[in-house]
Amino acid sequence: MDDTQTGSNSDADARQAGVRKAYWRANIRLLAVLMSIWFSVSFGAGILFRDFLDQFSIGGYPLGFWFAQQGSIYVFLILIAIYVVAMHRIERKFDLDDDDS
Amino acid sequence: MDTQTLIYIFVGLSFALYIAIAIWSRAGSTSEFYVAGGGVNPVVNGMATAADWMSAASFISMAGLIAFLGYDGSVYLMGWTGGYVLLALLLAPYLRKFGEFTVPDFIGTRYYSKAARVVAVVCLIFISFTYIAGQMRGVGIVFSRFLDVPILWGVIIGMGIVFIYAVLGGMKGITYTQVAQYCVLIFAYMVPAFFISFLITGNPVPALGLGSEVNDGSELFVLQKLDLVLTDLGFAAYTDGSKSTIDIFCITMALMVGTAGLPHVIVRFFTVPKASDARKSAGWALLFIALLYVTAGPVGAFARLNFIETVNEQDYADAPEWFTNWEANDLIAWRDKNGDGRMQYRPGDAFEGAPVFSESGEGASGERVLENAATENANEVYVDRDIMVLANPEIANLPGWVIALVAAGGLAAALSTAAGLLLVISSSVSHDLLKKTFRPRITEKGELLAARVAATAAIVVAGYLGIYPPGWVAQVVAFAFGLAAASLFPAIFMGIFSMRMNREGAIAGMVSGLVFTFLYIAWFKLWAPAANVEANWLLGISPEGIGVVGMVINFTVAIAVASLTKAPPADIRGLVENIRVPRGAENPHMH
Repeated sequence: MDDTQTGSNSDADARQAGVRKAYWRANIRLLAVLMSIWFSVSFGAGILFRDFLDQFSIGGYPLGFWFAQQGSIYVFLILIAIYVVAMHRIERKFDLDDDDS
Repeated sequence: MDTQTLIYIFVGLSFALYIAIAIWSRAGSTSEFYVAGGGVNPVVNGMATAADWMSAASFISMAGLIAFLGYDGSVYLMGWTGGYVLLALLLAPYLRKFGEFTVPDFIGTRYYSKAARVVAVVCLIFISFTYIAGQMRGVGIVFSRFLDVPILWGVIIGMGIVFIYAVLGGMKGITYTQVAQYCVLIFAYMVPAFFISFLITGNPVPALGLGSEVNDGSELFVLQKLDLVLTDLGFAAYTDGSKSTIDIFCITMALMVGTAGLPHVIVRFFTVPKASDARKSAGWALLFIALLYVTAGPVGAFARLNFIETVNEQDYADAPEWFTNWEANDLIAWRDKNGDGRMQYRPGDAFEGAPVFSESGEGASGERVLENAATENANEVYVDRDIMVLANPEIANLPGWVIALVAAGGLAAALSTAAGLLLVISSSVSHDLLKKTFRPRITEKGELLAARVAATAAIVVAGYLGIYPPGWVAQVVAFAFGLAAASLFPAIFMGIFSMRMNREGAIAGMVSGLVFTFLYIAWFKLWAPAANVEANWLLGISPEGIGVVGMVINFTVAIAVASLTKAPPADIRGLVENIRVPRGAENPHMH
């Protein structure tokens, strides 16, 4: 903020509060998407729909069994990687990142 | 060189390495003691977190449990990795931004209450001690089997090593020792796994090997063959579980949420320079952990197949050397019920309880004589699940240096986790109880001394628990997760994501979640173990999974109480606003 006039400080504060609110909303949206995927691969594919998925197979693994013992772990890794990249983008967009400046 | 000499060399060298690192990285200030000065590179921290995380239970017990549980073993694989998604997305970056030393620090400050801090300390100490008992027991098993010393001395030697680097080096010493321990343990886990996968399937990568055909010309996939062999003997198929879906669901959830609520894991993310590093670090940690976890499932399956093929219907007189070695250590037993001199491996317990060997003489085939009452079923073989990973290289006839490596790896896994746990126990005593609650005027030097004294006391208690263990390694560890899921995780999560959550709500939630979970587990595991059957469980949820219900109770009580009491003060709103934004993280020593 390059406002130096005392009169516009409250404006600047209000703008800053708005930015933070928008940033937090973007964060929550991202979290909702990623957490749904987290839930679907482990609790969905690996547990609740395992019997259905087991009629398919991936190599010698029944598919549901594979999700429970292998697949979900790979997806977890990808989710964190996406989060690191996407969150960094959101923070830069709102100018709230912690990159060394 | 014989295997025994190799084991001494490998274990001796790894211990020398840990002590050298400890001396090089001694802690000089409380900030270095608690959070390694807050300047640890995220990749290094990820590796240290992986070693901190992967305990004797992960290294020694998990593949063995999966070997005997089959599909049901998935709860550990998903539960102990999925928690890192929760950590990375919901907790780690915000807690790092908060920038203090301990988990009770966050709860005490966010809920503006010494009482909340003390409740958090009680949860933390309870969780950490249940967890650490398993580690010391793991150290004892490895020492007694591989180094031929009694469990008592094994635990004492292990305590001595941890003492040197945890008490001298604090978090700084622990961090760099854990990096070395990660390298030792992952190498030790992967090498035999590659060998065994290659022997059975021709594909050296275990995760791919388990999806391949068996190398014996039968053209069956490994899992198909395992299902066939097991159902022939009367066991459930490997790819089918025997637990109910709701129980699998709840145990997995309790382990995931519990992982994210474990203080010794959370505190590792206080050591990186800034909030964005905490996210990256959680990703690196999961990558390093996943290497072992995607291998553990296949190792369990291969171990089961190998075990059946080398033991079932064999004459005891021709039993492989590893079988009699582990029998000598009380962890395998054989009771020749039908008197044919052969070992029949079938479902059910071979006899009642854990083996009690009589001192007098040998059985007809030279086996150790049991005093336990025999059961009705046809099974004659008792095997402690904890030995599968340790025995695997011997079962698969691998060279002596691989066995030595596994011994060093098992010790690295147990010691690294024990050290991390000791640190959170000691810092919660010296920092949260003394400095922040009862003796606010203590000097930094005094606090550092108190931290070291507390660490020493914690080592002694842990050692005692290791010598007189309360149960299986993994079973003891499973307790800690339920309690963490029901107490700490909801309090931290709402502290970040809810502006409205206040002191009254958080305390009421933590206490009700903890008390409910504790009583449920204690009832079925300690007071009325005979009643621990599915018909008696609440909603069909076993004590291992009940932490989820405790968590729901915690959230419900907390939200209800908070809505009836005063909103938190304005400065706490400011604090929450501040931790939600990554910019401006300070190093803890700047305070």
